[in-house]
Amino acid sequence: MLENFGYLGVFLIAALLFALTMIMLPPLLRRFGIVPKKPNPVKSSTYECGMDTVGKSWVQFNFRYYFYALIFVIFDIQVVFLYPWAVSLGQLGLFGLVEMAVFFLILIVGFVYAWKKGVLEWK
Amino acid sequence: METGIAISFWILAAVMVASALAVVWLRDIFRAALFLVLCFFSVAGVFVILGADFLAAAQVLIYVGAIAVLIIFAIMLTRETQRGSPSGRFRFIAFLVGLLFLVTVTLVVVSTDWHAITEIPAEPTTSSLAQALFSGESGFVLPFEIAAVLLLAAIIGAIVLVRER
Repeated sequence: MLENFGYLGVFLIAALLFALTMIMLPPLLRRFGIVPKKPNPVKSSTYECGMDTVGKSWVQFNFRYYFYALIFVIFDIQVVFLYPWAVSLGQLGLFGLVEMAVFFLILIVGFVYAWKKGVLEWK
Repeated sequence: METGIAISFWILAAVMVASALAVVWLRDIFRAALFLVLCFFSVAGVFVILGADFLAAAQVLIYVGAIAVLIIFAIMLTRETQRGSPSGRFRFIAFLVGLLFLVTVTLVVVSTDWHAITEIPAEPTTSSLAQALFSGESGFVLPFEIAAVLLLAAIIGAIVLVRER
């Protein structure tokens, strides 16, 4: 089991190294004089090819997004149950399948309720 | 193998402690939340080292997934929280409560009789856990379905509570 997680660790380290390389590459290239340094106001603005931002970077988000967080959390808890079930579905057989179907049917009532109440609508 | 586990444990422990300290010390509350996610993630790594693979998956799903999303949503939905708590009015009380918690936890850790089990733990734990939870003869089928009802109540309750306004 630890060997499989070892592969996961290798992936994590590779991802970290990739991100670090991408961040560190431009300053390093400039330091060694490979990339010329010719700044001008347009070039050093935050969005060189876009609109300048208006106001602070901090905005209060609409409270409607709360429902998306809520539905996501419920899905997340479902996945916690789904994971061990999916791992040993072969041994559980038809009984396990029916069990999980009932579980989902009960929860789908909630999602249908949310849908009918229009909480997932974008206004 | 053994040294590899030891090395990864110490790296994870260092990341965990450093990110926990960053949560406490950073002024920007959003960055503190992101470091909290990193802390949760390294706890999941420690669970993997201990051979608790299901616990690690649950840690990633619930803490890194759900709890982090809830905390970040709470920050994003609140006005002017960028600088954290503005005044240190409750500094002394907070110190007292923190000290009390530290003393309690230390007392519990010291006074608990930590005896190691002699039998070899099941590995991987996920499939045996699934057998214990879902199997027809010895499983917990009814509590599992009742958990679904509880989640349903949570969805409907939250929608009703918020839509009233």
